[in-house]
Amino acid sequence: MAKDQREASTLDASGGTALLEDAGSGTPQDLPPVSPVRASGGRFGAVAGFHSNHPLAALILQRIALSVGLLFAVSLLIFLGVEALPGDFAQTYLGQSATPQAVANIRADLGLDRPAPTRYVEWLGGVLQGDFGNSWASGQSVTSQIAGRLGNTLFLAFFAAVISVPLAVGLGMLAVLYRDKAPDRLINIFSLAAVSLPEFFVGYLLILFFGVQLGWVSYPSTVFSGMPFADRLQAVALPVATLVLVVLAHMMRMTRAAILNVMSSAYIETAELKGLNAFRIIARHAAPNVLAPIITVVALNLAYLVVGVVVVEVVFVYPGMGQYMVDAVTVRDMPVVQACGLIFATVYIVLNMIADILGILANPRLRHPR
Amino acid sequence: MRLRSIPPSAWIGIAGIVLALVCAVFAPWIAPYGEREIVGDIWQPVGGDFLLGTDNLGRDLLSRLIFGARTTIFVAMSATLLSFSLGMILSFTAAVVRGWTDQALSRLNDLLMSVPTLIFALVVLAVLPQEMWILILVMAVLDSTRVFRLGRAVAVDIAVMDFVEAARLRGEGTVWIIFREILPNALSPLLAEFGMRFAFAVLFLSTLSFLGLGIQPPAADWGGMVKDNKDGIIFGIPAALIPGGAIAALAICVNLVVDWLLNRTSSLKGGRG
Repeated sequence: MAKDQREASTLDASGGTALLEDAGSGTPQDLPPVSPVRASGGRFGAVAGFHSNHPLAALILQRIALSVGLLFAVSLLIFLGVEALPGDFAQTYLGQSATPQAVANIRADLGLDRPAPTRYVEWLGGVLQGDFGNSWASGQSVTSQIAGRLGNTLFLAFFAAVISVPLAVGLGMLAVLYRDKAPDRLINIFSLAAVSLPEFFVGYLLILFFGVQLGWVSYPSTVFSGMPFADRLQAVALPVATLVLVVLAHMMRMTRAAILNVMSSAYIETAELKGLNAFRIIARHAAPNVLAPIITVVALNLAYLVVGVVVVEVVFVYPGMGQYMVDAVTVRDMPVVQACGLIFATVYIVLNMIADILGILANPRLRHPR
Repeated sequence: MRLRSIPPSAWIGIAGIVLALVCAVFAPWIAPYGEREIVGDIWQPVGGDFLLGTDNLGRDLLSRLIFGARTTIFVAMSATLLSFSLGMILSFTAAVVRGWTDQALSRLNDLLMSVPTLIFALVVLAVLPQEMWILILVMAVLDSTRVFRLGRAVAVDIAVMDFVEAARLRGEGTVWIIFREILPNALSPLLAEFGMRFAFAVLFLSTLSFLGLGIQPPAADWGGMVKDNKDGIIFGIPAALIPGGAIAALAICVNLVVDWLLNRTSSLKGGRG
């Protein structure tokens, strides 16, 4: 209960009140209670006017506002997750044998002796300006350490996405085309197996085969600034292959299900019965309706990629965000853990939001919920 | 249900699960050596004196694999059972009580689901002490968000049926309605989900252990064994792939059974389309 209220107050404090009003007028049940804001007379009327004049823009603004609200709630969650849980950091940090004076000193050093709300506001204020504080382990600025690693991770994820998305959609369509025949069965068995394989198993298998036995690529996959582009590509070849294999199966199965769902609907059957040729059915009747689910599938799996990247980076000793976060978790370097957690969550939420908005744009029926 | 109607793929899955369960239950009697017993040189090859070779400290890999089955399956099963109990009770309560409770639980669930599970687990495990029951609890709570979403969708459909209304009218309490009216009718759609969540729990636990945040050494568990032996890969020693393969095999077996269960329930309802 207290938490709910605090969430609501964070949302209010975000300064996005105009956006929230707008969101509130669309689907009130999706938001925490913000009635005091909505009661502010004249401005609400203006927002309602905007809503009826530009329904699509209003809907998109509403989704964006929801995501912003969600982000603030998540930032609070990550902060609370670190703060409110049992166990004193300074004590853990120094070990059991530390004197009370030393513990008090380190608490003061890290700013842990001040009240949590103050620290949250300071932390959030810093984050909004791109300052994640200083690492407890190295004392250096987290932002400067993250900058390069974030680039490396995005480089890896970008190539994995560029390869896996067309491949998955293509194979998914192939499976639908040969439904219940040999290629479909083969794809089904392969994807069932691939869904069950842990990322590290695929990774080490590829390293053992391509890295050690054939010697085609180097391991570990180190990259550094100023590295030639071709070398960089060669270094990420195996991590990208691992990510593609892991994401491909999910994406393919979901694409297949999405297309089958549309192809088995009544209007496709009608189109077949009135004698339209297959191409016309697919291009005019199926494609516009299948676009939205496929976009959702792709965005969902790109979000899944964000998580897969953590394990793959550890396997390949690749200097990215994921490895940085895991290292920080092991030594309990909380500012780094919070920063990485927030960035990963942001990417995930933004991807889901983009999926939502593209889905609305592609399928007009989603503009009128219920 | 006739045994002959079970397809061969499901039989393979069932056989694999039974094998893993037997290893888990009877580990001390099956394993040729002890869990922490050092029996020879490090990284001896497959075959030879030890069936699957030895690990990075010279412990018998086969024995550790058998003991690891025990830890891995126990933790994954406890977490799944706990997450199902938690998710089902909360989601059924939300669906039956509706109103404010439903809103609060559903919005909290949306919030928890908006952060990727692994990232959330990393943040939480960075703070908490490394104990097995805490690990189980964290896995269960994070996983229960998925159960909640499905459970609520299923229970909302059941809660509007006539027999639930009848129970309400004759004055039964909320707890009675949840356990006697909703639960029996929601069990079969949730059964396949249970298998899927268990396979996911095995993979998730292994991933956490592989990252060094799950089961702590010297206890054997499959993800931790991959971590222990990963340095051998660069010398061409495949010891890390054996526990990795075991994880994959168990997950595949569970998924084969789940696939069959899903097909069966959907064909009972008259097909997917």
